Parts: sequence; structure tokens; C-alpha cells
Amino acid sequence: MSQIDPNTLLTIPKQALHQPPVIALAGQPNMGKSTLFNLLTGLNQHVGNWPGKTVERRSGDFNLNGQQANLVDLPGTYSLTANSPEESIAREFIIREQPDIVVAVVSAANLERSLYLVAELLALPTTVIVALNMIDVAAQEGLVIEPKVLEAALGAPVVPMMATKAIGVHQLLDIISEVLQGKRAFTPNIPEVRADHQAVLAQIVHLIAGYVPEPYPTEWMALKLFEGDSEVTEKMQAALPETIWVSVQSILRQHDDAMLAVASGRYEWIERMIRAAVTRPKIGQIGLTARIDRWAAHPFWGLLILAGVLGLVFWLTFNVGSPVQEWLDVQIVTRLSDLASAWLAGAPFWLQGMIVDGVIGGVGSVLTFIPILVIFFTTFALLEDVGYMARAAYVMDNIMHLMGLHGKSFLPLFLGFGCNVPAIMGARVIDSWPARLLTILIAPLVPCTARMAVVAFIAPAFFGSQALLVTWILVLVSLATLVVSGVLLNLLIFKGQRSAFIMEIPLYHLPNSRTIGLLVWQRNYSFVKKAGTTILGMSLIVWVLSFLPYGDINTSILARFGQWIEPVGRWVGFDWRLTVALITSFPAKENSIATLGVLFGSNSEAGLTQTLRASFSTAAGLSFLVVNMLFIPCLATVAVIRQETNSWMWALLDVAILLVISLLAGGLVYRLALLIGLG
Amino acid sequence: MPLPFKSISLAQLPAGQNATILTFTGGRNVTNRLTSLGFTPGVIVQMTQNLGHGPLIVTVRGSQVALGRGEAQKIFVNQGYG
Repeated sequence: MSQIDPNTLLTIPKQALHQPPVIALAGQPNMGKSTLFNLLTGLNQHVGNWPGKTVERRSGDFNLNGQQANLVDLPGTYSLTANSPEESIAREFIIREQPDIVVAVVSAANLERSLYLVAELLALPTTVIVALNMIDVAAQEGLVIEPKVLEAALGAPVVPMMATKAIGVHQLLDIISEVLQGKRAFTPNIPEVRADHQAVLAQIVHLIAGYVPEPYPTEWMALKLFEGDSEVTEKMQAALPETIWVSVQSILRQHDDAMLAVASGRYEWIERMIRAAVTRPKIGQIGLTARIDRWAAHPFWGLLILAGVLGLVFWLTFNVGSPVQEWLDVQIVTRLSDLASAWLAGAPFWLQGMIVDGVIGGVGSVLTFIPILVIFFTTFALLEDVGYMARAAYVMDNIMHLMGLHGKSFLPLFLGFGCNVPAIMGARVIDSWPARLLTILIAPLVPCTARMAVVAFIAPAFFGSQALLVTWILVLVSLATLVVSGVLLNLLIFKGQRSAFIMEIPLYHLPNSRTIGLLVWQRNYSFVKKAGTTILGMSLIVWVLSFLPYGDINTSILARFGQWIEPVGRWVGFDWRLTVALITSFPAKENSIATLGVLFGSNSEAGLTQTLRASFSTAAGLSFLVVNMLFIPCLATVAVIRQETNSWMWALLDVAILLVISLLAGGLVYRLALLIGLG
Repeated sequence: MPLPFKSISLAQLPAGQNATILTFTGGRNVTNRLTSLGFTPGVIVQMTQNLGHGPLIVTVRGSQVALGRGEAQKIFVNQGYG
């Protein structure tokens, strides 16, 4: 970069450029930030966690006009005040990692709100490019915006875009290149505090100057102190000499409305930008969103619509997914087993058993769930992407209140019908920690597809034509148990605390296939990864335990263990075989069918159904179904609870709670069933 | 000349009506989240949905925000005429 004229260096950010360049993507939720991220990186992305936090970190490489560049997706946040880990992560990344450029995604259809984050970003020592997204939506609403005028007013490059249609991407890349090469001026118009508080802020700046720890800028720290930002307050208290801290504190105490002055200052600045750049305001019409919401967000009709939507999702999942799953089971898993058996005919007996029953039987049967999960996750992602899930959360708020939770907790719980693992990870959308923890603890009570598969197999064996009714009752029992446990846990552990319900209701918009596709791909990918690691390992362990010491399951360690704890099983009406089947559902819920198959030595499913009917009373069958629905979470779920709560204590406590609940419920149902003569 | 108005909590504002935000009495954290979504003193909001119980939806600075009733009770507004 030696040929650059020294004068243009002024426009280059102070820090040295990264090689390859690092571009950060910032934006409020629902502004199309993920769409732009997916558009630029495609499948070239790494999904992980921010160090030490349970916040998803997405980064990826993209082609910046022939040069490789790194794109980091900062968490979607409304502001940069440390109210949540997300906000703290976003600003710490900009201050500490010093990305070469921050691309701020804003919505042209909602400039007033979305420029708020830009107002915060411009106060940081970084170069900002504004991606003015959703210009099509703005145009539909009659808004006319002049990007060039906005650019001049902001003092930062503005690129009009339609990320969903990949329009404007080349211009964005060109401008990123130009800024990196120092060919673009960046002289941001930084918002100020409301006039009546400017002198006080200057006083704070003066007081703390010289004491601010590196690499934080002094003005910014003063502003955040003024806003009452807890993280910054803590940092400055530690850094300042006692006497100065006392004076700063007394100023802050006298101006406890300073936070509002800062926010108002930002909105005044935004209004100036908008007055300049928006030449025709929105037409005051009742949009499609308002018309749909008259029904979808209505406390009664909204719930009815939600019930209908859920019904449709399940109908699709099971009516389209299940036949595919069965087909895969017969055509691929069974054939693969036969092939492996033939191929391993000469191999030692144990090796054959391990490969055929352990690996193919265990992992193969889990993988056949992929079609079911793909359908479920696709419908979920579709509802999420069009904006419906915010309405579902809103209408569910009253019910969630019973448990001291609010509407947002409904979203991860709903995801749990597919698989509990993404449900527990999805609890990250809940801002307050107690509410997130409670949601995580009750999420395993949502019946996942694997448990539903067990029910779908066992219920017809005992209830014939009434199996569907029994299945629905079982689902309702699970959900009722979820609510009751939620209420009790909230009272016992969380002392009835309740977190604030503040949630944006985005406009409905057309779904974007790329966004949905990537979401489905990522959720399924983590499931497949789980099948290849945890489930594979556990399948092998279970197989070994069912094989040793004599190679016969009836005399195996597993059988002996089942016989040893049979007294517990007897309480819920099980013999040792049902007990063992239940225990083997721990690595993966659907294992219990496979285990019963092995224990009863029947290879065909039809045969097993008849054997079960002949071997157990209806009461025992019903009890088995109830315990299966409420039993301890599967291994992968326990692992992810431990990961998300960062504590074995919560994970094991949850296992204990569910163990007690399931056995109590099973015992109760068994006795009731015997009483009404289902013996 | 001061306009005639009455001061009520946002939770009491009937659907379809406008009001000007006066002040917040909730905690700092909640106030911070509200300001970043567009609620600041002096801004005009419109009640989009309020059934007297349960959560409500408010339109502020061109976007819709759902609030729990408890949160709305801690926001005070001037209900102006017209």
C-alpha cells in the first residue's frame, strides 16, 4: 500500500488492515442481516459460539472482487448498551478486534428505528458502510428515499439493496473494496446528546480522561457511563481513583434521566437524517400486516389459527415424513444390514453383531428420522421467516405467563416437537437468564418426533383403532405436565420472578428460500453430526452391554441390570424387558422399539406388535407409553442442556426431575388403568 | 398555551388511540430496551391492540412492538386530544 498518497490515509481507519480483511455485519433483528450474510458466504460459513458465551457466532469467507475476505456476523441487536450478552459481544468485537469495516444493515422501510443502531455504531472507532436494505418494501409503502442524500447526511457510504433478490450486492462489494483501498471518504456525522445534557457529558469526559483503559475511546466510555451501562460503569469504577469516581457518581446521580437524553439525542439526529433523505413519507394505509393481524394476533382467533397451523405442521411432518422414514428404514437400513451380514459372514460373531446391530441398527435408524426433521424444520423456518412466529409468541403470552415465562419461550418449545436439541439451543432468544433456564428445563417435556415414533408403533399394538385418540391424549398429557412442572419450578426455584416481555412484531414478508434452506440445513447438519458421534458411541455401548458376557441378550449385563432394577419397573407395571427397553431409550428415544425387537427376537414389526399385545396387559402398555413420553431426556439433550446452562448441576437436576415425574405418572396411570379394568 | 391532556399509563390507552410518551418508571434495563425500540419521551405512539388484559401491541416510530401488560403499566403517556 506504499503508493497511496499520504493525504488519503486520513480516510483509512486508524488500525492496520487485517489480511485477509475482516468485515463485520451489524444490524437490528428483522433487517435482513442474515439474508445478506448467507448471500455473501453461502455454505462457506462456520457456526460456533462466541468464546465463553452461549451466543451463536457465525463467520465465513467471501469473494471480495477477487480477494478473499472474512465476514463476521455480529449478533442482531437493537442497541449497543450492554443489556444482553449479544450487545456486549457486538461492541466488544468492534472495539477489541477492530474489523476493517462494519457493514450496518438497515431497513429502508423502517429507517427511523433501524438507524438507531447506526447512531451507536458511528460513535465507535470504526468505518461504517450502511446497507440500505428492503428498498422494494419501502417503495411498496410509497416511501421515496434518496441514498445519495442520506450518504451525505450520514457522512458514511450508503448502498441501496434488496438482499432477498441479491440486488445491490456488487455495489456493496465495490464500496467495501474502495473503502479498504482508502478511496472513499469517511467523515461520519456523529449524533450528540440532547442539548441540555451536553455540558454535563463534557464534564464527565474531562474527569475520566487519562484513566480509560485501552482500547476504549474516552468519549464513548463517558457516553456509556452517562447511559448507565452496567459493564462500563464497573470497568470505570475499577479504573478511576476513588475521589474521581465519587465525583463522577455524584454527577450521574444528579442526572438520572441522562439515559433518555442520550436516546433522545440519537432520535433527533435520526430525524434530521430522515428529513434530508426521505422525500416522500409512508402513505398512511392499512397494510396487509394489519389486516392479517386482526385475526392472527387476536387472543381467541389467534390461538385457533395457531392450533390450526400446528396441526398442519404435524400432519405434514407425519403424513409425508413417516412413509419416507419407513421406506428408508426398509430400503436402506434393512438392506444395508443384510449386505453387511453377508459381507461379514466370515468375520467373528461379535464383529458382525457390532456392525449390524450396533452401528447400522443404532445410527441407521436414527438417521432415517432426517426426512421427518427436514419437513418439520422447513415448515418451522418458513413460519419464522414470513414473520408468523412473533404472532404465535404474542398469542401464547397469556398461557406462558402461568409459568412465569412470556411469549418468546413458546418458540423454542415449539421447535422441541421436532427435536429437543434445537429447542434447548433455541432458548437463546429469551433475554432473561431465569426465563431461559426455566424454558430449557421444561423443553424435554415437549414430545419430539422420536418419541412420537415410539408411540406410533406401540399405541396401535394395545389400542388398535383408537390409537390416534390415545396418541392425542398422550400429547396433551405431556403438555399439561409441562405447564404444571413449569408453574412449580417457577415457584420453587425462581420464586415467581417474571421477566419483561418486549418483542418487536415484524411486518409479514415473502419467505426467502435461501434463508430457509440454510436454516434447515444447519439444524439437520447438527442432528447428523450428533448421530455420527454421541449416538454412535452410545449405540455401541448398549450393544456391548447387551452382548457381554456370553453373546446372548437374555443373559447379558444389560438384562441383569434390567432384572436388578425390575422392582422399580414393576411400580409402573413393567417387566425387566420393558424396563431395559426404557433404559436403552436414553441414547436415542426410538431405541426402545429396537430393543424390544431384540429382546423378543422378532425381526418384523408386525410380529413384534402381536408379541407385545400377547405379553403385556393394556394397563402396562399404557403405562409404557406415558413413561416413554415423560422419561428423562435423551443423551444428546442432556449434553446440550449442560452446554447451554454451562452446568452439570442443572442438567442432572433436570434428569432427576423428569425421572421422578415419569415414574410417578406411569405408576398412577398403571393403577388407574387397572382400576377401570384395562388389566 | 398548554394543551388539555390527561396522564395515564400506556396500558390504559384504548386501541386505535394516540398518546405522547411522558416517562418510564420501570428499571434501567427495561427502559434501555424500550428506548432502543423507539420509545422516548415526546414520541407519539399508537395503540394497535389492547384488550384490557394480557399483552398489547403498540406502534412506535413506524414499527410494531408487543409489550407485556406489566411493562405497559410502567410507561406513562399524555393522552392528547386529536
